[in-house]
Amino acid sequence: MAITLDAKIPAGPLADKWTNHKFDMKLVAPHNRRRFEIVVVGTGLAGAAAAATLGELGYKVKVFTFHDSPRRAHSIAAQGGINAAKNYPNDGDSVQRLFYDTIKGGDFRSREANVHRLAEVSLNIIDQCVAQGVPFAREYGGRLDNRSFGGAQVSRTFYARGQTGQQLLLGAYQALAAQIHAGTVTLYNRMDVQEIVVGDDGHACGVIARDLISGETIRENGHAVVLATGGYGNVYYLSTNAKASNVTAAWRAHRKGAAFANPCYTQIHPTCIPPSDEFQSKLTLMSESLRNDGRIWVPLNIDDCGKPAGDIPEAARDYYLERKYPAFGNLVPRDIASRNAKTMVDSGHGVGPLRNGVYLDFAESIDRLGEDVVRERYGNLFDMYERITGENPYQVPMRIYPASHYTMGGLWVDYDLQSTVPGLFVTGEANFSDHGANRLGASALMQGLADGYFVLPSTIAGYLANHLGEPVVPTTDPVFDRAQADMDDRVSRIMSVKGTHSVDHYHRELGKIVWDHCGMARNKAGLEKALSEIPALREQYWKDVKVLGSAATYNQSLEKALRVADFMEQAELLARDALHREESCGGHFREEHQTPEGEALRDDEHFSYVAAWEYGGPDIAKDTVLHKEPLVFETVTPSQRSYK
Amino acid sequence: MSKTLNLTLKVWRQDGPDDAGHFEEYTTSVADDASFLEMLDYVNEALIADDKDPIAFDHDCREGICGSCGLMIDGQAHGPQRGTATCQLHMRKFADGDHITIEPFRAGGFPIIKDLAVNRAAFDRIIEAGGYISVDTGAAPEANLTPVPKDVADAAMDAAACIGCGACVAACPNSAANLFTSAKMQHLNLLPQGQAERWRRSEAMVETMEQFFGSCTNHGECQEACPKEISIDFIAMMNRDYLKSKFANRRRSGQRKSG
Repeated sequence: MAITLDAKIPAGPLADKWTNHKFDMKLVAPHNRRRFEIVVVGTGLAGAAAAATLGELGYKVKVFTFHDSPRRAHSIAAQGGINAAKNYPNDGDSVQRLFYDTIKGGDFRSREANVHRLAEVSLNIIDQCVAQGVPFAREYGGRLDNRSFGGAQVSRTFYARGQTGQQLLLGAYQALAAQIHAGTVTLYNRMDVQEIVVGDDGHACGVIARDLISGETIRENGHAVVLATGGYGNVYYLSTNAKASNVTAAWRAHRKGAAFANPCYTQIHPTCIPPSDEFQSKLTLMSESLRNDGRIWVPLNIDDCGKPAGDIPEAARDYYLERKYPAFGNLVPRDIASRNAKTMVDSGHGVGPLRNGVYLDFAESIDRLGEDVVRERYGNLFDMYERITGENPYQVPMRIYPASHYTMGGLWVDYDLQSTVPGLFVTGEANFSDHGANRLGASALMQGLADGYFVLPSTIAGYLANHLGEPVVPTTDPVFDRAQADMDDRVSRIMSVKGTHSVDHYHRELGKIVWDHCGMARNKAGLEKALSEIPALREQYWKDVKVLGSAATYNQSLEKALRVADFMEQAELLARDALHREESCGGHFREEHQTPEGEALRDDEHFSYVAAWEYGGPDIAKDTVLHKEPLVFETVTPSQRSYK
Repeated sequence: MSKTLNLTLKVWRQDGPDDAGHFEEYTTSVADDASFLEMLDYVNEALIADDKDPIAFDHDCREGICGSCGLMIDGQAHGPQRGTATCQLHMRKFADGDHITIEPFRAGGFPIIKDLAVNRAAFDRIIEAGGYISVDTGAAPEANLTPVPKDVADAAMDAAACIGCGACVAACPNSAANLFTSAKMQHLNLLPQGQAERWRRSEAMVETMEQFFGSCTNHGECQEACPKEISIDFIAMMNRDYLKSKFANRRRSGQRKSG
């Protein structure tokens, strides 16, 4: 099956595209909506918002989550905030500026039309969330408070203490709960979607899920399927993602014909707590809002690195971000902050017991603002840091180091958020569309909610309107039998290995390969090494992984084993994409391609395109087919990002 | 630098909701900078190596925000550290040679699924009954149109910080869910946006809660166990709103009976 990439960008001036497109699309009349069934997979911001909105509109919605409750999806862990071009502080923000900042922050590797729509819709999101009762921070006059975040030179970030993701997700979850109560949405909890079902006509028509408690199989059908299943950051094993975050549904869709775009664009977040030992299970993010008031430094002399921070005099400290980037200082974008921390640690200037971190120091802010103000701004983060490390950050500087956090790559979608499989839509982090090669802080929540509340509910109607009166493919159809057979085969194969090493053992091994060779800095030799090591590890996995118990019960090892099996394949595509992209851009830094100052060197002449990979067979490095969607810039001129 | 702790664990094992269940004892050695759940990971790795069924427990974000994890540790919901979910509890709170008893959150409203994992779906039913503000997407007015006094927004946020873990229920001698329900309700009842549905919400949430959980007799254990340190003041506010709702929800004079 050959795919053709048509981004379907509407014609007309950039600022009018979305408005015109909404008018040009076909509608589904209110009385016809109940005749359509839609399957939504995932209940994070993008999934819960979409399911709730589609339910309100009158569609029959079936929503799947592997959690016990929709409210536990990992959007809940986002701390810092959500961007919107409201310009309440009157500091010069506008839709145009948010658009420009986002496209520049993404290193000119995203679509103008998508990003502009995101900036437009950001205004509606805040209105919607406030009406739902999201308790955003307020000024004493009762109006919404804003702060500057992640390198933005305007204050456009709305926040709810350090729990913005939680509060936004609770808003979307509550809207979803109202629809479940009203009967428009059916909830399937503790269900892992394992296959996307594609009908004989090539259109997505349902899913196969595994009930995590009973091991039973569930078949559900719909006129369209929406994947809102998040990113693949757990391919690194150690990441800030939740333990169960996975690529399975997206990867199974890829194997059924959905192109996977830009898998090498992964974001390594600069402010995480460094690992303390080899058996650590995950990394904890400290919101980058901390960089507003914290100063990042390492000792100038390697000999000082083992000393307590307080014993190192001001003159012997290297505030390296302030030194190298005087205009942005500690607020440079995430990819730049991360790479510089790596450079410092790699050159022997790391601090902490394992010499694997850099300092984030609040002493000056505490002097300037007082401990009370610092506590009000960051109290819960400081408490969290102390619980994890046993150190009091009011007295000694925090230690931070970058960790896998977010993935800009994902399933390829057109302007309507439709993948290369007709009827299969992808929203939120699971798609690739809006962040280019690097995502700005406080933009993930914005994109998840933009897709879920405002974009998908409009564009999916344009698709459904062409299928009015068509019945859903019954779940007894042979296409469902075949998809279930694929899943059953995988489950029985993995259960029958009865090998010697646990799933976690293999996930850790995979993570090491991907982190070492496809992490913050990549090079040809390392990527080639990864491309030989990953298939070898995968082969060993299928011969040696040990999953005890039965598939017909609550079996958490089997749950993990199926997820890791898909990461083993997706990791190879990630490395393949990273090897082919002979340039540095955003989160993808190829050591061969840098400026004399060590900054990312893009190659717009050869790589100004979206790399969309089509599944071609089990030998991922050889069989996968590359398709290119050229990026056309009509209003902005790509320039080298400079934050000096 | 980290120390190694040698521990004896007494862990509740139960195959399913209908199994009687029993304690099993395990010994383990773990670095004191490991988290409590990482300690259980090590124990599970050892069990798997030994061909024994690993201990099932719920967890996900391991950052204290998703509310998935929850264990009774030596009889305390989420263990000995105040204001801390199980995943954020670290082993440095324990001493070398300690014996630790680990049980699931026990309550009639939380049937056990397996070992330490319980079914907390009753919480979702309470939210579905009325724990929301009905505002269809697109129907919202400009966000700054309605000022919300800072202290009101802050109090609503204090309530909204609830992570829905169920520690309050597990800690309560009556297995009451009043702290959870009141936090969810008062988050919305405090805000101007939540007024239109305030009385309907209050009545529906309380009555749904009572289908699953016991009654509150003001022990205050919930507030002590809460990883987000939510105040039982919200329970008093809920009780007041529930009482008022019984009057407010009567048919208005002149109002027709609706179906």
